[in-house]
Amino acid sequence: MHVAHLSLTDFRSYAEVELPLEPGVTALVGPNGHGKTNLIEAIGYVATHGSHRVASDAPLVRHGAARAIVRAAIVHEDRRALVELEINPGRANRARLNRSPVPRPRDVLGMLRTVLFAPEDLAMVKGDPAERRRFLDDLLVARAPRFAGVRADYERVLKQRNALLRSAAKSGRTRAGALPTLDVWDSHLSRAGAELLGARLELVAALRPLVATAYSALAPSSGAAEFDYKCSTELPDTTDREVLAAALQAGLAAVRSNELERGITLVGPHRDELALRLGPLPARGYASHGESWSYALALRLAAYELLRADAGDPVLILDDVFAELDTQRRARLADFVAPAEQVLITAAVPEDVPPRLAGARYDITEATATRTP
Amino acid sequence: MYEGVVQRLIDELGLLPGVGPKSAQRIAFHVLAADPVDVKRLAHVLLEVKEKVRFCRICGNVAAEEECRICRDPRRDPHVICVVEESKDVVAIEKTREFRGRYHVLGGAISPIEGVGPDDLRIRELMTRLADGEVTELILATDPNLEGEATATYLARLLKPMGLKVTRLASGLPVGGDLEYADEVTLGRAFEGRRLLDV
Repeated sequence: MHVAHLSLTDFRSYAEVELPLEPGVTALVGPNGHGKTNLIEAIGYVATHGSHRVASDAPLVRHGAARAIVRAAIVHEDRRALVELEINPGRANRARLNRSPVPRPRDVLGMLRTVLFAPEDLAMVKGDPAERRRFLDDLLVARAPRFAGVRADYERVLKQRNALLRSAAKSGRTRAGALPTLDVWDSHLSRAGAELLGARLELVAALRPLVATAYSALAPSSGAAEFDYKCSTELPDTTDREVLAAALQAGLAAVRSNELERGITLVGPHRDELALRLGPLPARGYASHGESWSYALALRLAAYELLRADAGDPVLILDDVFAELDTQRRARLADFVAPAEQVLITAAVPEDVPPRLAGARYDITEATATRTP
Repeated sequence: MYEGVVQRLIDELGLLPGVGPKSAQRIAFHVLAADPVDVKRLAHVLLEVKEKVRFCRICGNVAAEEECRICRDPRRDPHVICVVEESKDVVAIEKTREFRGRYHVLGGAISPIEGVGPDDLRIRELMTRLADGEVTELILATDPNLEGEATATYLARLLKPMGLKVTRLASGLPVGGDLEYADEVTLGRAFEGRRLLDV
């Protein structure tokens, strides 16, 4: 699939911009702070309904404007769809598909699928476990949008259960009184958690060979990229949701007194970790800067392969990543991404883009895009 | 800002659910322009509703007397109780004319975030009603959201030792709708709750 046209109204620094795009490589070139990343952030927003840079929607709306509008014409196997999103910070966003309103914005999730490489990706290797959980969950949603609901359900149960634990921990009172309700939340948390956990375990198994292949191509002289899913409680070797739910419930029961003391939920997918390794060593703390970059790229490339196998090429977006890589890694990454249906690249200077990825080019200065032949 | 009492009226109206500052202002000016007789009638009803309406001693539904119309009605089946969150749920179910038993209004659902636990709901009153053994079936009709489900699970566990027939309202596809428009969760639930077709 590819994006054939992007148009923005009051998005970030853009009051109004029209950007016709084609399949193949397009580079957005311009000085930092002039709005390259804003453009691809908008494309990412159409795909995920979130920004890769900020957690809330408020910064996406141009200063002084009430709402931002992102329109993308998406071509997938000769079918053209127009997705429009109206971003209303603090209120519900609205979405239209081919000019007709849809009941909920998430009904247009999945119309555009993207894989985004950004300097922030380094945090997947060097950062907290939360970064790796987000990588897995975002990929689940990208593959099957219904996981947006699964994820939201789990977070809601978790919030309720934490609130109960907190009040029980604080007052110390009626611990006995809180227990029967805690049992209820345990069963709801286990069921919602098992759904998420099972999907993650299946995803990790699917990613394993793809990450290993991509990593060894990017960094042939380094150790093998391997990883394990470390659950916050002991799991049987299965992805059967009923069995997982029972295991989570048992795990919760085992830590209950500790939970009541601390006032937080200690078992569940929100406490799990995707432990990355390079050979025998944990990647976090042991991998060099270059190895960490290769690992992050390998994770993204594996996600790309997976999405591609599901339903054809997703749009590849490379936000300012070449500047971070040495010549060898640049060239290897270019080999991987060159065959994709559409590749969008941002770079401060055109020399950062490897020759293999020569294509169309826009110069971005002061929030205007000019096509450069 | 308006002067004195006009602003106070706007502020008071703004406290009502679903009324923002703009709507409050519109209602306030409507009141100013309205016939004094109409306004008096409204004021009177507001006071009367607070004075006269109370909650049914038995089921917790809004009532004009000590017991509500449904609890006093001898034609209602005394063996079945339908448990709901709010009085407005009673009205919704009554409209169906499907249910001939009596109700029990909990006054909300379990939600630790809002500080609502079982003790804040009319659960003890429900247990008292069940004590004499006349009730044989309980229908749990709390909302089909997380909090409603949690409340239903809690009640079902609490009631299990009593050996009652406890049922939960079915959730699934809207009647008259198209299958293709149902979201995955609803469709999934409908699959779970499928039933044998008797022909």
